[in-house]
Amino acid sequence: MSGPNASPAGRSHQEISIKEQPLWRDEFSIQSATEKYVARRQFSKFLVLTSLGMFIGNLWILVRSWFVSRPSFAPQRVMGLTDIPVGEVKLFSYPTAEDSCILIRTAPDTFVAYSQKCTHLSCAVYFAAEQKRLECPCHEGYFSVEDGSVLQGPPPRPLPRIKLKRDGNDIIATGVEV
Amino acid sequence: MTRRGGSTAIDGAIALIAILLVIQMWLLTATLESHLAGHPEPILPAAIISGILFAACSGLFLFIRRIDVDVQSKDERD
Repeated sequence: MSGPNASPAGRSHQEISIKEQPLWRDEFSIQSATEKYVARRQFSKFLVLTSLGMFIGNLWILVRSWFVSRPSFAPQRVMGLTDIPVGEVKLFSYPTAEDSCILIRTAPDTFVAYSQKCTHLSCAVYFAAEQKRLECPCHEGYFSVEDGSVLQGPPPRPLPRIKLKRDGNDIIATGVEV
Repeated sequence: MTRRGGSTAIDGAIALIAILLVIQMWLLTATLESHLAGHPEPILPAAIISGILFAACSGLFLFIRRIDVDVQSKDERD
């Protein structure tokens, strides 16, 4: 058989088996039923490649969590032991000047400190002494004063806790515990 | 396998892949959220589960390819 559709071997494309046909003829079929098949196959290929992308994303997070070391912060004096009475607060910045924190003296010998940024939308939290909790005025997110955990409202995570150390008559901030 | 039967099987496989993909998307966002919050504990299990889901998606894709070849071979024979 000869003509415009004849292959170099002298056979028409109908006579050539599917596996022998060039890829473009398989991918751009003139038959609508075959075209639907190709579209579904290509779509499933796209979905599987997206799945591979998700897997690579998870691996990337895993590698980052293994190899990226946690930052360490220099100790910083916050205040003296007798600077504030029981139930009062002191605001300070740690570890940088942009990170505002709140220190609360909950008992004569107990001090706790947290980042002042609400974990919802970063509004500044304040200490509600009567309710003995930290409150965010923006969306009424409440945090426990004992451990910074969420008591109510939209915040997704506890407040980052500032590690404190007593050094003689000084309270020293030594790190941030998220 | 007939072309009609093949189409149904491929549609089912694509639907399953789409469901697995939605789970993987949720897993990735939850892992990222956990990582940024400083909680590394769920990252390794999430990566393993994501790998299993990807393997399942690949298996379904190979299933689709096999059906495709079967149907095309049948068309060729007919």
